[in-house]
Amino acid sequence: MPKDGGIGASTTRREDIRFLTGRGKYTDDITLHGQTYAAFARSDVANGRIKSIDTTAAAAMPGVLTIFTGDDFVEVGGNPAGWLINSRDGSPMKEPKRPVLAHGKVRHVGDAYAAVIAETAEQALDAVAAIEADIEELPAVVDMAAAVAGGELVHDEIETNVCFDWGWIEDNRAATDAAIKAAPHVTTLELINNRLVPNAMEPRASTADYDPGTGDYTLYTTSQNPHLTRLLISAFVLGIPENKLRVIAPDVGGGFGSKIYHYGEEALVLAASKRLGRPVRWTASRTESFLTDAHGRDHVTTIELACEKDGTFIAFRTETMANVGAYLSNFSTATPTFLHGTLMAGNYTVPNVYVNVKAVFTNTAPVDAYRGAGRPEATYSLERVIDKAALELGIDPIELRRKNFIQPDQYPYASAAGLEYDSGNYDAVMDKLEAMMDRSGFAERRKASEAKGMLRGLGVNAYIEACGIAPSNLVGVLGSRVGLYDAATVRVNATGNLSVMVGAHSHGQGHETAFPQVVAEMLGIDPASIEIVHGDTAKIPFGMGTYGSRSLAVCGSAVVRATEKIINKAKKIAAHMLEASDTDIELIDGQFTVAGTDKSVSFGEVALKAYIPHQFPLEDIEPGLEETAFYDPANFTYPSGAYACEVELDPETGNVTVERFAAADDFGNIINPMIVEGQVHGGLAQGIGQAMLEQVVYDDSGQLLTGSYMDYTMPRAANLPFYSVHHASTVCPSNPLGIKGCGEAGAIGSPPAVINAITDAIGNNDLAMPATPQAVWSAIHGNA
Amino acid sequence: MYATKYHRPSSLDAANAALSGADDGKLLSGGQTLLPTMKQHLAAPSDLIDVRGIEGMTGICMDGDVIVIGAATTHAEVAGNADVQRLCPALASLAGGIGDPAVRHMGTIGGSVANNDPAADYPAGLTALGATVVTNKREIGADDFFTGLFTTALDDDEIITTVRIPATAQAAYIKFRQAASLYALVGVFVAQHASGARVAVTGSGDDGVFRHAEMEAALNGNWNASALDGIAVSSDGLMSDIHGSAAYRANLIKVMAKRAVEAC
Repeated sequence: MPKDGGIGASTTRREDIRFLTGRGKYTDDITLHGQTYAAFARSDVANGRIKSIDTTAAAAMPGVLTIFTGDDFVEVGGNPAGWLINSRDGSPMKEPKRPVLAHGKVRHVGDAYAAVIAETAEQALDAVAAIEADIEELPAVVDMAAAVAGGELVHDEIETNVCFDWGWIEDNRAATDAAIKAAPHVTTLELINNRLVPNAMEPRASTADYDPGTGDYTLYTTSQNPHLTRLLISAFVLGIPENKLRVIAPDVGGGFGSKIYHYGEEALVLAASKRLGRPVRWTASRTESFLTDAHGRDHVTTIELACEKDGTFIAFRTETMANVGAYLSNFSTATPTFLHGTLMAGNYTVPNVYVNVKAVFTNTAPVDAYRGAGRPEATYSLERVIDKAALELGIDPIELRRKNFIQPDQYPYASAAGLEYDSGNYDAVMDKLEAMMDRSGFAERRKASEAKGMLRGLGVNAYIEACGIAPSNLVGVLGSRVGLYDAATVRVNATGNLSVMVGAHSHGQGHETAFPQVVAEMLGIDPASIEIVHGDTAKIPFGMGTYGSRSLAVCGSAVVRATEKIINKAKKIAAHMLEASDTDIELIDGQFTVAGTDKSVSFGEVALKAYIPHQFPLEDIEPGLEETAFYDPANFTYPSGAYACEVELDPETGNVTVERFAAADDFGNIINPMIVEGQVHGGLAQGIGQAMLEQVVYDDSGQLLTGSYMDYTMPRAANLPFYSVHHASTVCPSNPLGIKGCGEAGAIGSPPAVINAITDAIGNNDLAMPATPQAVWSAIHGNA
Repeated sequence: MYATKYHRPSSLDAANAALSGADDGKLLSGGQTLLPTMKQHLAAPSDLIDVRGIEGMTGICMDGDVIVIGAATTHAEVAGNADVQRLCPALASLAGGIGDPAVRHMGTIGGSVANNDPAADYPAGLTALGATVVTNKREIGADDFFTGLFTTALDDDEIITTVRIPATAQAAYIKFRQAASLYALVGVFVAQHASGARVAVTGSGDDGVFRHAEMEAALNGNWNASALDGIAVSSDGLMSDIHGSAAYRANLIKVMAKRAVEAC
């Protein structure tokens, strides 16, 4: 068979046919017989004591079937945090309960305290408006520094607003402090990593269908990981046995992290469907998405870089406050710690790193992993302080980075922040980046800009991230309460086509195209004969889902392992058919051949034999051809790269135009270059959005001022340049595909490149994200 | 959206009758502000009286050198009208820059000026061009029509029928958009009339659109961007919000005014 659709082919995405012709099937497209509708009563104050909730009038409204309040869930469990973090003093983090519906207190604007189920969505909403809740407004905890200092509490029972005070690596603290004290030069920078709303195109939605005849529950929901959602609901929240709960995540219109987590609305519709014996659907409005989807980022950081006068790095030390919002979302404690602190050595041979992170409860929406998840925060801190140091030391920013890069012969490299980097060649990537940017032509371009009254700047950065999340052994030691393997089942059907059931979920990543390329390459068959099945706990093996750029590195490796098992068994069948020893069978281009002979059978013939096992050696081989593999990685993977941004800006208005953007990434081996480039483009759009446009603003009373697209600026095509994208490749040694992952890189590497370009243009390092026109104008003119 | 009663009268009299017979009636034209507000449960009029079916309410014609625009004429029609493009290109450009194509094909000039959003474009255009708003009761000059944030000189039962705009070729509108909504963070419309220069500013004033007397004085007799160099725009009375401080808006007013004069 032709192999031009195998590994390395830029095959167009097969799933796009349904997405681009409006035939995708999302949760809200699934309508069940007798379906009812849920709507939520949500707090309009950020912090309040619930004194009473009167649902009498609401219950009498047309079409209302039942109403839930927090009282209905007092006996069930809370939605847990998936990662235990211990504070520097050894004490465990504070874990206040996160109930299905608020009980006793509401803790952020949008916090749901009641839900109405009605015959129509409009009736449910009208009835919500008729609920009379007496909620005593309390002072809101919004500012992190004030929250740490004490005063009003988000959770009274834990007697503090600090979830944990974490040191990484605590044993290195004294050495790092001493190194900084003795250093010839120390650069200090205070930074805010701005809070973002994930803004998946499809809002969250959940439909629960309880069958009183069997006692089975089915939950259709917008999830990046249906098995994880089922586990959380079964083991922690509602106690429904896993074998009685089927979770289906059908087509999902983007997640960016926000749909990793289990949310209370999922538990509510399940409980409601049980109570009514009818299906219950809830679909978030865009306003609800702004108010209740887990937000991203929101760090306040002070970073110090200590170095020699020649620019040799001695130490990085950071102190960060990380906002976790009102409740601990599932990964919220891992994101600012092990996905952030462990990356604080960057791409550099720095001997001393110490990171302190205080996680802080506030009366705002929960904050959790959002595309990049901790690594953008790490990269932004490092790459901005390096630029500032370069300016102070009078060293070219690229040369300063090169001087401190880990060299290709140093791998595996034990970073000062506790990770073992696998491979890379940062100078080669930087060489490529400089060529892509035509750096030598920058001076001319700057002159041309200045001639028309404009400023021009060029900014670069380097980044490294930890992906392929994650080795269970390692993360277990670090506090993870789950394993982070993944799984695949390869089913060869009797007629020779394949169904491959995978634990990873595809919601924009192109798995349905890329995974078959891997299997087709291994078997030498047409990828069109291979179908990927995902997103349904009744169909797929237990997988941990899609996040952390892990799908191909972890789940794809499980696919490889399962396919290897298929090949081994198929060889035995072929050997039987060919009356040869299985050790003599070779699989070449879809044909099983006895080595050194012209005797062969095709893959299809072997498949048919497996299911019509006439004269089959049943004592040696079972019928059928189906194999499952679970894969747990040996290490994280370490994608790395260097980005450059060139901006032109109007000093009269502060308006910035991104003129050029170049991304040189090392993702290891690449399965589908077109999909990878698309992932980079999407990540860059989100990173440039963070750098220049996007910003969540709560006022002092905890009201969300950026609660719609009238005030929250999403990047539009006109805000973005044409990208120049290049993939270098050093093979990843820790998985069978040699791949590192590409989903988050764009969002990780781009913000510091953009800001470094703008600070280069204006000659002033005092600039925060997002670099709105007013912020840039103020930085130029010194106006508030 | 809460339940509401929809009327589509074909005459002003019928519209008046529907309006006076309603508990809490609202006039509906393109609905680009009113309908989203209702969908968010922020408005709940008992009755909607759609003025678009009223005879004579749409279309553009010339009365001498005055452009007469029916109140229910969409922005897209104004932007694409040959007379407007030829005789008052700044107005065509303003209409063509409102919102996005969907908004421009539904939203109307009468609806926009009656709503008087402080960041809307038309209030600046009408004020700088010295337009007259014609209602079923009277004629109101633009200077007297726009009275504050979302407020106008209109009585509750008054219906705008046409807007009369003296065609002025020497005019330009430049706006600096708020990045999220793409409304004007600051928009400045400048126009040179036989009677003198008029400079109208939208997106900035605490009370909505306003004329900048000092700039007008500077431009009278010296219609040149450099005439504005020495002017310090005060931030007093300007809005301050998450998208722009009063000081930043003051800066933009001067920058946009100069660019508008240059563009004439």
